[in-house]
Amino acid sequence: MRLSKRAKPREVVTQSTLDNAFDRRTFVIGTAMGGLGVLLAARMGYIAIAENEKYELESESNRVNLSLIPPRRGWILDRNGAPLASNRADFRVDIIPDRTPDTEATIAALTKILSLDENHAADIRKHIDDGPGYQPVEIASGITYDEFAAVSVRLPDLPGVVPQRGFSRFYPTGPSVGHLIGYVGTANAEEYAEQDRNPLLVTPGYKIGKDALEMQFEQELRGVPGARRVEVTAAGRIVRDLETREDVQGDPVRLTIDGPLQDYAARRIGLESGSVVVMDCDTGDLLCMASMPSFDPNSFSQGIGRVEYAMLRDDERVPLRNKVLKGLYPPGSTVKPMHCMAFLDAGIKPDEAIMCGGGRRIGNRFFNCWSNHGRVDMAKAIYQSCDSYFYHFAQQIGFAKVAEWAHKMGLGEEFPLPVVSQFFGTVPSPEWKQRRHESEWQPYDTVNSSIGQGYYLTSPLQLAVMSARMATGYKVMPRLHLTGEKPRFEHFDFSPEEIGYVRQAMSDVVNGPGTAGRARLPFDDIKMAGKTGTAQVVSLSVSNGKTGPWKYRDHGLFVFFAPFDKPKYAGAVVIEHGGGSGAAYPIARDVMTFAFDPVKGMEALRPLEEQWGGTAQQRLSSKYRAYAAAQGETVPPAPTRDEDIFDQVEAEARLAARQPEKIAEQSTPSRVDDRTPEEISRSSAATVARAGADGNTE
Amino acid sequence: MSGIVPAPIARQPWQMLFPLIVLIGFGALVLFSAAAGSWTPYASSHIVRFAVFLVMAFVLARFTRELAMFLAFPIYAIVLVMLVAVEAIGFVGGGSQRWLDLGFMQLQPSELMKPAIVLVLARFYSTLPIGMIPTWRALVPAAGLILTPVALVLLQPDLGTSLAILFGGAVVMFAAGLPMRWFLGAALTGAVLAPVAFFFGLQPYQQKRVFTFLDPESDPLGDGYHITQSKIAIGSGGFSGKGFNEGSQSHLHYLPEPHTDFIFATMAEEWGFVGGLVVIGAFAIIFAWGLSVARGSADRFGKLIALGMTATVFFYVAINLMMVMGLAPVVGIPLPFMSHGGSSMLTNMICIGSLMMVHRWNRKAPRAGLIR
Repeated sequence: MRLSKRAKPREVVTQSTLDNAFDRRTFVIGTAMGGLGVLLAARMGYIAIAENEKYELESESNRVNLSLIPPRRGWILDRNGAPLASNRADFRVDIIPDRTPDTEATIAALTKILSLDENHAADIRKHIDDGPGYQPVEIASGITYDEFAAVSVRLPDLPGVVPQRGFSRFYPTGPSVGHLIGYVGTANAEEYAEQDRNPLLVTPGYKIGKDALEMQFEQELRGVPGARRVEVTAAGRIVRDLETREDVQGDPVRLTIDGPLQDYAARRIGLESGSVVVMDCDTGDLLCMASMPSFDPNSFSQGIGRVEYAMLRDDERVPLRNKVLKGLYPPGSTVKPMHCMAFLDAGIKPDEAIMCGGGRRIGNRFFNCWSNHGRVDMAKAIYQSCDSYFYHFAQQIGFAKVAEWAHKMGLGEEFPLPVVSQFFGTVPSPEWKQRRHESEWQPYDTVNSSIGQGYYLTSPLQLAVMSARMATGYKVMPRLHLTGEKPRFEHFDFSPEEIGYVRQAMSDVVNGPGTAGRARLPFDDIKMAGKTGTAQVVSLSVSNGKTGPWKYRDHGLFVFFAPFDKPKYAGAVVIEHGGGSGAAYPIARDVMTFAFDPVKGMEALRPLEEQWGGTAQQRLSSKYRAYAAAQGETVPPAPTRDEDIFDQVEAEARLAARQPEKIAEQSTPSRVDDRTPEEISRSSAATVARAGADGNTE
Repeated sequence: MSGIVPAPIARQPWQMLFPLIVLIGFGALVLFSAAAGSWTPYASSHIVRFAVFLVMAFVLARFTRELAMFLAFPIYAIVLVMLVAVEAIGFVGGGSQRWLDLGFMQLQPSELMKPAIVLVLARFYSTLPIGMIPTWRALVPAAGLILTPVALVLLQPDLGTSLAILFGGAVVMFAAGLPMRWFLGAALTGAVLAPVAFFFGLQPYQQKRVFTFLDPESDPLGDGYHITQSKIAIGSGGFSGKGFNEGSQSHLHYLPEPHTDFIFATMAEEWGFVGGLVVIGAFAIIFAWGLSVARGSADRFGKLIALGMTATVFFYVAINLMMVMGLAPVVGIPLPFMSHGGSSMLTNMICIGSLMMVHRWNRKAPRAGLIR
C-alpha cells in the first residue's frame, strides 16, 4: 500500500490519492464486515446445527425437572396380617437448607404459618445446623390441608421450602414394638455415601430403616420410587406437570409375631423394666418379643425431638436397649430343669436323692442352700429349687458336661434371626475359664454355675429357646420371618418318660408344692409349667436384693411353657431389679392367660393399667410431657388416630375378634392422652408413689 | 423512477428501508414472544418508537450539507457538555452514572456521542487541507476530539460505549487517509498495553467477565450463566427453531435479558438458524447500502459521515452477535433495531437518518468524473 510506504522525505498527498485510499480502505472495511458476518453465520450454524443435540439436551434439562416420588414403604405385618408398621398419608413440609438464603427468616415465617412452638423450632434449627445442607430437614408432618395450602401459596417468598403430600411411617402400638421393629429416619451423610449417593436418599420425605427389622428388611420394604417430570422456570416455580410414573410400594414383611400378644405383654410389664419372649413350640415362631420400657418409634420416625431424646437417654432403665436380645442376666434357678436334663443324659436316675440339710459340703467347703429341704430327688429339686441337689450332681458329672447341654439347649448361642445384633452371653465351663481367665476351674465355680450364678449370663431370648427345647425335646430354632413351610427340628435323645418327668416337675412348680403357686393359670384344663429364678445383682452385704435402691435389687426371672403336658407356647420373662422371681411369673401367667383367653387376660390387665396411669403409650407420652414441663418446655398432645385398621394389633383387638358383643359393652379407654402437662405431673407423681408401694405385690 | 409510485416515495432508499422494516417487524415478533405472548410491554412500544424515530430520520435526511457542516461542532460541544453534566448531576443507575434526567425523558448522552463523534471528525477532515493529512496536525486535534468523550464515558464507567466511540472515530480516521503506519503502530501499542489496561484499568466485575468469556463452563451458574444459557438457547433452536412462542429458554426465564442484550438468542431459539440468517442477511444488506452511499458520495464530508455511521451501527451488531454466540465477553450492548430500548434506537436511527441525508446529497450531486 502506497501510503504506508515510507515516501521520502514527505509523502505527497493529493485529492486523488486520498480518494483512492478511501476507496481501498472502504473496501477493506467492507471485506472485514462481510468476513465477520460470514464468521458469525458459520458460528451460529455450528452451535445450532452441529451441536444442536447437545444444546437441545441442556435446554431440556433446564426446562424439565425430574423429581423422585418416594416409594411407599412396605408394611410390616404380624402373623395374622395386621400391620405392626404401616404408612399414614399426610401433608408435610421440608426445608432444604442449601437453597434457603436466610434460614432464620424462613423458619420464623413457617413457625407463624404452621403455628409451631418454640421447642419445635429449636429442634429444626439444630437439625439444620447439624446436617449437610443438601439434605432436607423436616419442618412439620401430619399438618392439615389448610396449613399445607397456606405454605404452598407463599412458596415464592420461602425459597428452599418443599411442601408435599406424602406418607409417614406409623406404628399403631408405639412403644410395644419399638425395640422389635425399630424405626425409620432420613438418611445421614454416611448412609448417603454408602449407597452410591442414591438420589432417592436425599429426596424430601424419604426415610430408610434405622434400626432392628426396619433396617434388616430395608431392601424388601423399600419399593421403587416413582418420578414426576415437571416444567420449571429458572426460579424453580413449577409451570405444569409433564408426566408422572407412580411409585411401587415396597413388599410387606410378615413376621411370626402375634401383634395383640406383643402389645399385651409389653403393656403387662407395666412400670417394670424387663422383657417377655413367647415362642411357638411347634414351629419356633417368636410370637412376642416385648422389651420395656421402650421408646415410641413414631417419635423417632418423625425425627425425635431434642427433649424427648434427652429423656430416653438419661433414663436409668435404658429404654433405648432391646433387652430381649441385648439384656444379659445370670439365669439363676431357671437353668435348673435344663441341668436336670444334663444329669439324665449322664445316667442319673430321677429317683436318686440326696439330703439337703440346709446346704451341702462340696470338696472341703460347705455351701448353703436357700432352705433346708431334707431328702431331695430330681422332681423336688426342680419344684422346690433346692440348690444342694445341683451342687452335688453337677460336681458328680462335671460341669463340662452340663455346659455342653446348656449350649445344646440354646444358652451361649446366637440364632439366625434378622436382627441387628444379639448378645450371646456366657456359659461357663472349665475350658472357657481357662481360655478367658487363664485360671483353673474350681469346685466353687461348679457350685455357682450349677444354680445359674457365677459367670453365667443369658439373654431372655436364649431362656425362651431353652424353655421350648426342654418342653418338647426338640432342637427348636426361633424364627421371626414367617414363611409357609413348617420347620423340622432335630430331636434330643430323651425318652418320652424323661421329658414327661421334667414337665411334671415344672408343672409342680406352679400347680403343685412349688415356688410359684400364684402363677397358676385361671383355667381348669390348661396348666402352665415353669421355673422361677432370682439373680443377685450385688452381694448380700450391699443389699438384701428385695428392697432398697432399685438398681441393687435382684433380677426376677421365669421360664415357662403351656399347656404343660402338650406344650404349645414356651417363653421367658425377665424383670430387671424386680426384687426376685415374684416380679416375673405373674406377668408370665397373665400373658399366657391372654394367649388362651384374651378376655380373661384383659380383665387382669385393666385394673393394673388403671393403677399405673394408663397404657404403655399413654404413660410414655405423659412422662415425656412431665419431663418437658420440668425442662420448661411445652409439648402438644399427640395426634389422634382415625383409621380402624391400625387397631388390629392392639391387645383389645383380640377381644373384638373373639367376643364382639362383649367389647361393645366395655368402653375401651382411649390410648391417647389429652391431659394438660400440669395434670400429668400431678397424677404421674401419685402413680409412681403408689406403684412403689404396691406395684410388685403380686 | 416512473409509474404508479409517486416520486417522493419512489426515491427513498428502499434497498435499505425494506430490510430495516423486516428487522423491526421481526424484532417486534420476538419481543412479543419475550413478553410471553403479549404486545405489551415491549413489542408495541418498539414499533411506536421506530415510527417516531423514522420520522426523525426523514427530517434529518432533509438537512443540507452546509447545515450539517455548520452544526457539527456545536452538536459535538453540546453532547460533550451533557457528558460532563452526567458526571456532575447524573443519577446513579445500574451501578454507573449514565442517564441524564431531562424531566420528559431519560437521556444517555454517551449514546448521542457515537454519531456526534463521526460527524465532528468528518467535519474536521473534510476541511483539513489535504497536504496536512500525513502530519501531526491531522492526528492530534482528532485524537483530542475522540479521547475527551471516551475518557468521560470511561469515568461513568461504561466500557462498551467508550469502545464504540473509539471504534467510530478510528474508522473515520482510517478512511480519512491517515498514514497506515500510525494504525499499525497503534495496534501494536494496543496489543502491548492491553494486558496492562486489563489488570489496572478494568473494574473487577469487568475482569471477571473476561475470565468468564475465556472459560464459561468454569462457573455455569454464576458469571458464565449468561453465555451458557444464550448458547443453549441458540443451540437448541436448531435449523428451524422451536416455533413462535415456544422458546422454553426465554419463556421459563433461563435466558437473562431476553428482550434486550440477548434478543438474538431469544429469536434463534424460536426461529432457528434460518431466523439467524435472515437477521444477519438484513444487516448485511443495510451495511452494504451504507458502504455504497459512502462510495457514492461526491465529497469527503459525505463519504466520512456515511462510512462512520455505518461502522457505528456495525460495531453494535458485531459485538452483540459475538457476545450472544460466546465469541466476546458479556458487554451490555443491545442489538440494533431488534432489542427493546429507546436510547439505542435513537442512536441507530440517527445513524440511519445521517446515511439517508448523505444518500440525498448524492442524488443531488452524484459523483462524476468531471464534477467535483
